[in-house]
Amino acid sequence: MKLIRPALVSFGLLTVLTGLAYPLLVTGIAQSVFPDAANGSLIHHQGKVVGSSLIGQQFSSNQYFWSRPSATAPMSYNGAASGGANLGPTNPDFLKGVVARVTAIRAAHPAQTGPVPVDLVTTSASGLDPDISPASAYYQMGRVAAARHVPVSVIQTLIDQHTQGRQWRMFGEARVNVLQLNLALDQKVR
Amino acid sequence: MTTNAMWMLGLFLVSLLVLSWPLGQYMARVFQGERHFLTGAFQPVEKLIYRCCGIQSSDEMGWKQYALALLAFNLLGALFVYGLQRVQGMLPLNPQQMGAVAPDSAFNTAISFVTNTNWQGYSGESTMSYLTQMLALTVQNFLSAATGIAVVIALIRGFARHSLSTIGSFWVDMTRSTLYVLLPLSLVLAVVMVGQGTIQNFKPYQTVQTLDENTYQQAVTDKAGNPVKDAQGQPVMETVKTHEQTLAMGPVASQEAIKMIGTNGGGFFNANSAHPYENPTSLTNFLQMLAIFVIPAGLCFTFGAMVGDKRQGWAVLAAMTVIFVVMTCIVLVAEQHGNPALTLAGVDQHASTLQSGGNMEGKETRFGITASALFIAVTTSASCGAVNSMHDALTPLGGLVPTALMQMGEVVFGGVGSGLYGMLIFAILAVFIAGLMIGRTPEYLGKKIEIFEMKMTALTILVTPLLVLMGTSMAVMVMAGKTGIYNPGAHGFSEVLYAFTSAANNNGSAFAGLSTNTPFYNTMLGIAMWFGRFAMIVPILAIAGSLAAKKRLTANTGTMPTHGPLFVVLLIGTVLLVGALNYIPALALGPVAEHLQMQTVHP
Repeated sequence: MKLIRPALVSFGLLTVLTGLAYPLLVTGIAQSVFPDAANGSLIHHQGKVVGSSLIGQQFSSNQYFWSRPSATAPMSYNGAASGGANLGPTNPDFLKGVVARVTAIRAAHPAQTGPVPVDLVTTSASGLDPDISPASAYYQMGRVAAARHVPVSVIQTLIDQHTQGRQWRMFGEARVNVLQLNLALDQKVR
Repeated sequence: MTTNAMWMLGLFLVSLLVLSWPLGQYMARVFQGERHFLTGAFQPVEKLIYRCCGIQSSDEMGWKQYALALLAFNLLGALFVYGLQRVQGMLPLNPQQMGAVAPDSAFNTAISFVTNTNWQGYSGESTMSYLTQMLALTVQNFLSAATGIAVVIALIRGFARHSLSTIGSFWVDMTRSTLYVLLPLSLVLAVVMVGQGTIQNFKPYQTVQTLDENTYQQAVTDKAGNPVKDAQGQPVMETVKTHEQTLAMGPVASQEAIKMIGTNGGGFFNANSAHPYENPTSLTNFLQMLAIFVIPAGLCFTFGAMVGDKRQGWAVLAAMTVIFVVMTCIVLVAEQHGNPALTLAGVDQHASTLQSGGNMEGKETRFGITASALFIAVTTSASCGAVNSMHDALTPLGGLVPTALMQMGEVVFGGVGSGLYGMLIFAILAVFIAGLMIGRTPEYLGKKIEIFEMKMTALTILVTPLLVLMGTSMAVMVMAGKTGIYNPGAHGFSEVLYAFTSAANNNGSAFAGLSTNTPFYNTMLGIAMWFGRFAMIVPILAIAGSLAAKKRLTANTGTMPTHGPLFVVLLIGTVLLVGALNYIPALALGPVAEHLQMQTVHP
């Protein structure tokens, strides 16, 4: 019996402290100091919310850069159901899927003869990857330039402007945010 | 391994040392009841809790009472988490109107979060209300971590004290862990992460207008919501075009911070730390990895300080670091090497300034290979289980490493508290083996290791292999287990082995292709998690109690020193031998067989 009161009381008090007071305090600080980030880094464009700079979107038109394959269901880039494909490296279905994507990418980029950058034909972990590698962006620039009737150099300049290097020159990898690059395309290359 | 990978590993270890040393000294002051810089701020709260509980901070417990208090407290936690999930539909802070969680899933999740495993059979953004995430799951992120720290502090007291019948007070140790260690660290990390883009709000899910059209196939449903089937029994599909995207929201950062600090690992979202709203940048990724290791590493210094011989803490930390570095390098090389079948299919997997290359299936572009591989080793060395890449998509050797790290018993840094108490049990086993070799009574830190301690040690070391191997073999024999398997061949076996390894060692990461949200797996893995946790804690507290009652021997010329390189090697050997010997046949059937299979492809 000596255990029951301290167990109940300490559990109750610590639950209020860590389960209500702490998250509310963090929310208070977050909403007052970093309101934009705390609410999802949303991008506003012409009076509409067109997405988040952190969450990728599906692109399939020729005038846009394409994001990585996404395994979310029922549609790709479902921001309410994140997740990966979970296909193992020797699974025949995985290999078939990659081969099909390589074929499709090659058909859409007939001028490219080299191997396809790996991130462009493999699904991301979250299914919401906002980025592609600079290699994947360069791979697609000929197609986008042709669809928009501009020289490739214009598109290449835009890619370079939107390439983020390693954070603090150390962490992670160089990358290009696909949604932001495509928004810039719509604004600058009509 | 790329140059950047070597730099990152080095930078990680140095940063870890710089942070964990002062934290370790600070924790020693906290648990010895000395004054420290947060005493002024939090002591009124601490005293209030004790007053309401009707206890004195000076009231100490024997090991049996300590264990009973711990079990009662954790059982209460499990009941609360279960109950809240079952009634969440009727409670506030539920903008998405999530209904009650199914009983088997709620049972599994309750055990999972109370045992610091944070295995997730459910998908966060489509199952849990904001209130459940906070009041049930975030709370257990704190309290299960505090429980782990309390146990290791009790064990350290067993070594540090002599001729005493008590090992401290569970209420005091648990309260101090929460107030002085976990809360302040989490608060700082949460705010930094929001600054980088981790979300923290109570809004309903946001709908945005996408730039391009998204075309997809969807099953047709009738008015009752049941799928319509055609004459062949196949579901009828319709093509849908949309310009909308729904973004999940929630109080993520507050849970994310303690998820790392407390080596919990249960994500707010299904994709866990791969989700850009949980882990938005490479900097947050680095901080998350440091957060996982900082308390487990710091506790080694706390141990050294509390037993009055700092070299003892360094020796344990050295053994952990050596194993960690070797295993990390294996994942880095295996994942950077990529998949030979993909090269054959015309895919470029070379690392360059324009891409990270390697096996990018199931990985995020911002992290690439290096930050993903390092995270894999960190999260499975520690019993965290958060993932920033999908482990099911790892190369066979890349997947073998996390499996093996968990199978060593989560003692390479390990969970908060549980890592060090597991490692100290291996240290006892190591001095026992050494004692047998030279024909002397084994002793560790001035305490004779005798029959009772060795019985309890054997129990703690055998309980997890038993749960893992029995569970795995049962699952691959019965239909309910086999139907959950997603990938064919050896990899499918690896999925099941990984699941039981992760559950029994309280890690919580998964080869997530395995469908585990079924009554069979929810029950089996729930049992594995519960006994993997508490069937270790109770014998360890028994050892603590027995050691505290012993006299302290003075070291003489015949005493084996337990702080030098020789002991470090002996300790590593014991961990590897016990870990490896138990699991080699199982590993051979899974990842090793798959590796050989993959090598038959020559690009």
